[in-house]
Amino acid sequence: MLIAATFAIFIAMILAIVRGIVGPTLYDRILAVNMFGTKTVLLISLLGFVMGRPEFLDIAIVYALINFISVIGVLRYSDTNKFKHSSADKESLDKES
Amino acid sequence: MDMITNISGAVCLIIGSFLCISGGIGILRFPDFYTRMHAVGVTDTLGAGMILIGLMFYSPDFLTFSKLVMILLLTLLIGPTTSHVLAKSAMYNGLMPELKQKDNVKETN
Amino acid sequence: MKTHTISLFFTLATFWLLNSGHNTLLILLLGLASICLVIAIVHRMDVVDHESQPIHLTQNIFSYLLWLIKEVIHSNIIVIKHIWLGNKSISPTLRRIRVSQKTDMGKVIYANSINLTPGTVTIDLIDDEVVVHALLQKDIETLLAGEMDRRVSLLER
Repeated sequence: MLIAATFAIFIAMILAIVRGIVGPTLYDRILAVNMFGTKTVLLISLLGFVMGRPEFLDIAIVYALINFISVIGVLRYSDTNKFKHSSADKESLDKES
Repeated sequence: MDMITNISGAVCLIIGSFLCISGGIGILRFPDFYTRMHAVGVTDTLGAGMILIGLMFYSPDFLTFSKLVMILLLTLLIGPTTSHVLAKSAMYNGLMPELKQKDNVKETN
Repeated sequence: MKTHTISLFFTLATFWLLNSGHNTLLILLLGLASICLVIAIVHRMDVVDHESQPIHLTQNIFSYLLWLIKEVIHSNIIVIKHIWLGNKSISPTLRRIRVSQKTDMGKVIYANSINLTPGTVTIDLIDDEVVVHALLQKDIETLLAGEMDRRVSLLER
């Protein structure tokens, strides 16, 4: 059952990564990275139980904290100009591609 | 007794896996950024919670159990904070949500 | 101030004991030293008060948390149902909602509870109004009915 849950988390991570690659706006990508991080925490703790080493949980705690700090750190720069979302930009990008 | 904990742990893990995959489907399927955020909220609260509670049934000693509780509390604290920060910065940088009724936009501006 | 420091000390001691799991004298002394260092730093930062250690909420918070867990499970089921039903069934709504709490603590607890239940996200908190984005219009109507608001106000007293 633990292995089946691990594969389910893998599938959810793949879906999140697909949204991160496709994602039309910047915020979709940050959201996908955040979801990928929380799924990684679950994956690490599940893998610890699958391999019979519950010490992996320490790594999971640290990973949860790093994930939070990284998202906040990226969004700290959201008042700069590059984060501005406008539909005109998107149209020009569509024309280029 | 041993069998009861195993079975309840397995049931929690199955529910958690289903919720996580549903959240993954939701993040691909919903039309715009703000609605996708609700799909991530599902995997952050009950999906992660159910998987961690399922693991608590399998934990061999008290320290492992308490570390799982700690991860659960951290996840429950971090999830809402991150989604609020994301939504606020998206709103302030001019990404408006697609709404059902158009007259609501005027009220919030 | 003094009770807050004692509460902080016990929180940190529990955190250390649960995370290390070793009970030799050297490790325990190192733990005591690091707890004292953290308390000194935190006093210098001047953040030990009723906001970082909300012990005045302790007697009411457990019934509120039980109610919140029930609410989270309920709204999770609704959101999952609408994920599988598809895009036609959702009605995204943005709305300002007035909050009735007086203190900052109560407002933040209310906004965070809205955030924790899937299907509703607080986008902004200005003075005594929250801007809420909801997946369904029904969620907004539930919030406007004021069940959660009333319970947080009870918690605040």
